Amino acid sequence: MTAAGPAAAAAYIDIADICKSYSSAHGEPTVALGRVSLQIERGSFVSIVGPSGCGKSTLLQIVAGLLAPTSGQTRLNARPVTEPPAEFVYVFQQYTRSLFPWKTVERNVAYGLEVRGRLSRSEIDRRARDFIALVKLSGFERHYPWQLSGGMQQRVAIARALACGPDVLLMDEPFSSVDSLTRVGLQELLLRLWKELGFTVVFVTHDTDEAIYLSTRVVALSKPPASVAMDLPIDLPRPRDQIATRELPAYLAYRHRILAQLFADEGLQRAAPAGSA
Amino acid sequence: MARFSGRWLGFALIAALLALWEIASVLKWVDTFTVPRMSSVATTIWDLLRSGVLPREAGASLWRMFAGYAIGVVSGIAVGMLMGSFRPVYYLLEPLTEILRPIPSPAYVPLAILFLGIDDEMKVFMIAFASFFPVLLNTYSGVRSVDPVQLGTASTFGARGMKLLWQVVLPSAAPYIFTGMRISLAVALIVMVISEMVAASNGIGYFILAAERGFKVREMYAGIVTLGALGYGMNRLFLAIEARMLAWHHGFTQQQKP
Repeated sequence: MTAAGPAAAAAYIDIADICKSYSSAHGEPTVALGRVSLQIERGSFVSIVGPSGCGKSTLLQIVAGLLAPTSGQTRLNARPVTEPPAEFVYVFQQYTRSLFPWKTVERNVAYGLEVRGRLSRSEIDRRARDFIALVKLSGFERHYPWQLSGGMQQRVAIARALACGPDVLLMDEPFSSVDSLTRVGLQELLLRLWKELGFTVVFVTHDTDEAIYLSTRVVALSKPPASVAMDLPIDLPRPRDQIATRELPAYLAYRHRILAQLFADEGLQRAAPAGSA
Repeated sequence: MARFSGRWLGFALIAALLALWEIASVLKWVDTFTVPRMSSVATTIWDLLRSGVLPREAGASLWRMFAGYAIGVVSGIAVGMLMGSFRPVYYLLEPLTEILRPIPSPAYVPLAILFLGIDDEMKVFMIAFASFFPVLLNTYSGVRSVDPVQLGTASTFGARGMKLLWQVVLPSAAPYIFTGMRISLAVALIVMVISEMVAASNGIGYFILAAERGFKVREMYAGIVTLGALGYGMNRLFLAIEARMLAWHHGFTQQQKP
């Protein structure tokens, strides 16, 4: 991890005043995102949480260059992002739809490398097999994605994303459609790879616990038109432990603050008023 | 696919109908001139096969058919991909295709003869033109129904333009394209026969018409039976190729079902 020098004014990823509105057939346009600004440091693990439908995924797609903002700009190293940059790879929530069903596991993992076309065929194949091994799927190279379980498919998607050596992984609720034990396994896998490979993660989730557990920083968005409602650095010891970390007082304090913010935003009534927030 | 245990039923029906044909002819339930005995037609087919007449006529027909079919399919896929991918191309070509498509193929035979004469160019053109539309429409639908998540995935890895079309859109649309190709195969066979009946000096269509005009009724039946066999064989071949190329699709759709 290279810390940005104090003189460097520009952040690594600078999300500046992003607005996104959708025009409806009649009436006023729907404003999904209203001026979201966020600076993300290189090597950090930033989670974005918020009520469902608040535009978390929309924001991530705009950052990825997959969707154009209505106004505002994302800059990577001070360079505006207008189309998906080579440094970013986006991991979709719907792994069953994002993996190509006509390609085997190995060809899916090799896909990003093939598109970029900088390596020879044999190097691509070797690298694909290395990353399949890294996500513990050796022996499944010739299987098709639809022959695998949900958790295995998402591991294929992660291997494919990482095989082309991205600097930033943009993940849209990647673990939300697997069962909770599989999710724990995927969280550990992601943390291990993040530590080993040193990429930056921007992670969208609706699961506050997942966000705190994984991240160096949690950003909460408000209801639409969404803006940054809370920006919380997470200072918990690493390596994190699925049981012990989640029992730390500091962990529970973070959880309290983020949930209180989300509940207040949703206007949820709490059964026993805690007295203070 | 039909269940295996009952497959013999269909063949038994064919055998029964052939037997009925033979009996009807032997017992003179029908006019034996217009409906000769099935066994004599079979003998005629055998003789025509051995003398090389049928293979020669079938060869001429198949060559035309596949030349036209190949041209129609390739251009149908190409134009369908363009129409599906680029809105302006769609707006440009959609009205034209919708006007041309409903015209039955035989209606433009005279036009084709006027411009291309009565040789193979005319027949190949006719077959290509008729095969073009089913492939075009299905390719277009296939391209329009490519999953946006797949397109997003491809573009996050940096795929653009031709790479995107070739590596993602084409394979994703392949099940639709094959549907169009199967329809076109049947259409190509029909148009092949029609064009050969209108103007040709060889080919199965010509052979059937010439046999009928020369009162060689058994040969006429032989030609029709040959067409049936060709159509059946081509369809089986097509299905085998499709099953191989789209094996992933069958597995995928099976898996998607709860």
